[in-house]
Amino acid sequence: MNACRILQSASAIGALMLASMLSGCASVEPWVKPYERERLADPIMKTSGGALADKHREHVREVREASRGANGVQGGGCGCK
Amino acid sequence: MGGLLAASSGRALTLPEDSVEALFHMYKGGGLTASGPAVLVRKSLADKVSLSGSYYVDSVSSASVDVITTASPYKEKRTEYGFGADYVYRDSQITLSGSNSKEPDYTANSMGLDIAQEVFGGMTTIGLGYTRGADKVGQKGIGFFDNAKHWQYRFGITQILSPRWIASANFEAISDSGYLGSPYRVARVFGAAIPERVPRTRSSRALKFRTSHDLGSRNAVHAEYRYFWDTWAIKAHTAELGYSRYFGDLWLADAFLRFYSQKHALFYSDNAAAESLYISRNRQLSTFNSIGLGGKVSYTWKRVPGKYEIKANGAYELVQYKFKDYTDIRSGGTYSLNANVLQLSITATF
Repeated sequence: MNACRILQSASAIGALMLASMLSGCASVEPWVKPYERERLADPIMKTSGGALADKHREHVREVREASRGANGVQGGGCGCK
Repeated sequence: MGGLLAASSGRALTLPEDSVEALFHMYKGGGLTASGPAVLVRKSLADKVSLSGSYYVDSVSSASVDVITTASPYKEKRTEYGFGADYVYRDSQITLSGSNSKEPDYTANSMGLDIAQEVFGGMTTIGLGYTRGADKVGQKGIGFFDNAKHWQYRFGITQILSPRWIASANFEAISDSGYLGSPYRVARVFGAAIPERVPRTRSSRALKFRTSHDLGSRNAVHAEYRYFWDTWAIKAHTAELGYSRYFGDLWLADAFLRFYSQKHALFYSDNAAAESLYISRNRQLSTFNSIGLGGKVSYTWKRVPGKYEIKANGAYELVQYKFKDYTDIRSGGTYSLNANVLQLSITATF
């Protein structure tokens, strides 16, 4: 159950960070301006290989592994023999 | 949603570009080959709505270890149609999507709704999503005899940390109800084959953290970790590390290493010593590890700034699966296999 405790702690820290971030909107200005985000929009920052390629990779894994979800690709169909 | 968040986080939310993507995909390993073409077309209307449609084929030819030892090799085809509509209003994006998948003995339909909202000067993107699925389960010679329903709830947050650093956290809860096993699969009790019996409900949770960092020399590193747990007592860890870099102006290459491990379901047994209410020998529910080593290459074939761009892409991954409590009945040893995953595609954006 150690993993569960770690997750609970992580969730609590995440919630605190989110709360402090949202409550701090009035005092903390966004520190990365829109014109500074060019590098973040570059294809090199994406692990995606395209919508269909992601869908395929996700399907290959989902039908062989018991785990699923939180990947950002919508599934569909079974094909799970 | 993660893809949407990652794609949209570099600047204010905008509609996806008009595009055409054509893919050939193949998985080959352990006596099973699954391959086929897939096409996706995306087009915006009046710069307000972007519509997409996709067609995806999986032709499966299976002589895998469980098929060979308990049934006969088979071939079948799965066809999936998908559609999507994206709408952007100020700092929000709403995505409606649906899919229909058909096999001779399995059909699956799903509808999903995702909402992404930029806050904090566009540095933070919050996403919420819901998908509802309904399947019909059948068996050759009998026809459709049961069904399954699925509910997926997603929550994600993507945060720009610096002009070169971005991170995201995604959570997804999935619940299933109905026939969740396979009518073809058998379990073993005292060495004798009996039909598997799987619970009719399942609920799972997954939490994933992902980060990408631009190293400054036209290269970047990526890392992600996912923890998964469910009501069948399965627990799984997934970790992936990646590195990307440009070679000249036209070539972009990525390499990645993925580690996966899971602990078996409560009712999984390689060869049970007692009958129980639920029993399965589905190796997808067993204890195993896998390591995947892969690479992707993207070549910009033609580019006319402001007009169009055409790219050719190739990806390959070698995956090694090592099962801890699944015996290869033919040899008596624990089962392992190597698989090859190949993707070749052309993408054009306008």
